[in-house]
Amino acid sequence: MTKNHFTNDTNWQITNAEFMESGHMACPGCGASLSMRHVLKVLGPETIVVMPACCWAIIAGGQPTTALATPLLHTPFAVAAAAASGVRQALTAQKKENIQVLAWAGDGGTFDIGLQGISGAAERHEDMIYICYDNEAYMNTGIQQSSATPHGAWTTTTPGGKDFKYAKKDILAIIKAHDPGYLASATIAYPEDFYAKIEKAKAARGFRFIHLLAACPSGWKIDSQNSLEVTRLAVESGVFPLLELNDSGNIEKTYEPENPISVKDYLAAQGRFRKVSEKETELWQSEIDRNSSRNTS
Amino acid sequence: MEKSAILLGSEAIAHGVKLCRPQVISAYPITPQTHIIETLSEMVDRGELESQYIKVESEMSAIAAVLGSVSAGSRSFTASSSQGLAMMHELLHWYAGARLPLVLVNANRALGAPWNIWSDQSDSFSQRDTGWLQIYCETSQEALDTIIMAYKASEQLMLPIMVMIDGFILSHTMERLMIPAQEMVDDFLPPYKAPYQLDPGNPLTFGGAAQPDLFYELKKAYSATMQEALGLIDQVQTEFARKFERHYSAVMHCQEGDKNSDTAIICCGAMTGTARVAVENLSQTEIAVDLFKLRLLRPFPTTDLAAALKGKKRVIVLNRACSYGVGGTLSQEIRTALYHLPDRPIINDVMISLGGKEVFPETISDIIKNREQLSETECNWL
Repeated sequence: MTKNHFTNDTNWQITNAEFMESGHMACPGCGASLSMRHVLKVLGPETIVVMPACCWAIIAGGQPTTALATPLLHTPFAVAAAAASGVRQALTAQKKENIQVLAWAGDGGTFDIGLQGISGAAERHEDMIYICYDNEAYMNTGIQQSSATPHGAWTTTTPGGKDFKYAKKDILAIIKAHDPGYLASATIAYPEDFYAKIEKAKAARGFRFIHLLAACPSGWKIDSQNSLEVTRLAVESGVFPLLELNDSGNIEKTYEPENPISVKDYLAAQGRFRKVSEKETELWQSEIDRNSSRNTS
Repeated sequence: MEKSAILLGSEAIAHGVKLCRPQVISAYPITPQTHIIETLSEMVDRGELESQYIKVESEMSAIAAVLGSVSAGSRSFTASSSQGLAMMHELLHWYAGARLPLVLVNANRALGAPWNIWSDQSDSFSQRDTGWLQIYCETSQEALDTIIMAYKASEQLMLPIMVMIDGFILSHTMERLMIPAQEMVDDFLPPYKAPYQLDPGNPLTFGGAAQPDLFYELKKAYSATMQEALGLIDQVQTEFARKFERHYSAVMHCQEGDKNSDTAIICCGAMTGTARVAVENLSQTEIAVDLFKLRLLRPFPTTDLAAALKGKKRVIVLNRACSYGVGGTLSQEIRTALYHLPDRPIINDVMISLGGKEVFPETISDIIKNREQLSETECNWL
């Protein structure tokens, strides 16, 4: 079943309110900075952001500046979910239930070093929105592979391309196992779908998790002006499907490309996949076809 | 009014914490600290203590959760021990740098390998440089009282305080003690009012990157506050004594020895109790020594200690933690504090116990009797 968030309503528009200010430190074409801007447009000013080490720890700006118009707590790498739990429990103690707590972390802080704390927070059904902006490697430290790096991708620690034995970790399946309050994948390259999901997360309670694909021009070896275009190719090829946990407890697609492209076209658009062989490309394509025919998981 | 009770050390601590009304408690179980958080969860469960209790999945998350809750303006509590405290290490630095108040109780226990769950001060001594204040307690009464004083000092200084009890020796031993009345504690310790907190009404960023010059200035200010803490801790202890009639200081002269005694022994924690007996027994013989306990390890009370030990020819330091390749960690601290004295005493560095190795009064009195044989330069292992 395809549940389409896309609208024909020509009056649909994005609010002019901004909670991410100019003067941030992001690179041109950064998917993570654009994602934050739009997430905060939905969540609004009654939001507290908790952020571990990640690109955004720099993007937000050093003292005495800040790019966020919401409160922001920086934390060490592994503990965004635990620190956000503490913020939430303090707000509960102070009877400030209406404030949203947003844990905002990269793929390293989510898929790797922070996973234990996320599992703890999810198991406790801590009332927060955890968003992972996934640029598919440790980009802030200079492009090292994480467990979110797709196989075949060049990074500084996978100079020959990440071995095809090691698939990208299925983070949605891991979080799903914790019975979350809301669960989805999205990207700002599809803003209507993105907005619908952030709004649903905002309306839900408990531990809510959103996996965002966020292009990194320097790490993906693409031109910065192509950042959104390449992200769209990830979705159109089925490499990064737009998903959501439905009411019957299944993860289903919220968008089905009308004319899917091949994974080959997605890989060809990026320098990081230059070393992927034809055989590996075929292998990847068959993985996608298999998942796609299954549709839900 | 105060009421008298017979409690396990860990229960006494839980009562001390309850009297301070933390809004958030976050903890992970580890022997021998576990009874503290068990008792607190029973208090919360029974509705005697109104607190959000977060049962986290690791000590790293325990300290991270209170980083969040105190940043959001709520008084909080956590406790740990040994491997757990070591696991917090990164966050202990971060927490102090964040200039947030907190009281953490650590039940001193050895670090592996090999596994050993018994009393040993290596866990907290190896956190000396994290920027936390550290207070070592001799009795459960002292620990209960110290928690109340620590919250007050911590919130005035905006610095976190670690309160130490010896694992098992205090945590698992029953003691008759006084539980202060809630109204008196409320009067002594008003609710926490954060000068800054996570608040959408006044959106601020906490912990953002600082360039080298700013970082240096922040740390310089931190160091200055640590020095001010010496005076403030004194002041809080005086105020506590006035209200609750129990007296504490950074360095405590535990037993009057012979007025002419030129030998002192010094230790910290529950071993002081054993040393009291040893010194008392020795006073029946010809040997007189002065016993001191060091309550405050950070900030280090250099002036107080130098004044207390002035005129002594020999200071025997009883260590429960080792800095391997140097010797007893406490001995290094005492040496540094006494170095500037014109007539420096001999320092005998004694490694009296690690990993719960039993210390009897005779263990201490034998060391004192044989003091002439102790090395003045090397660490003395038994």
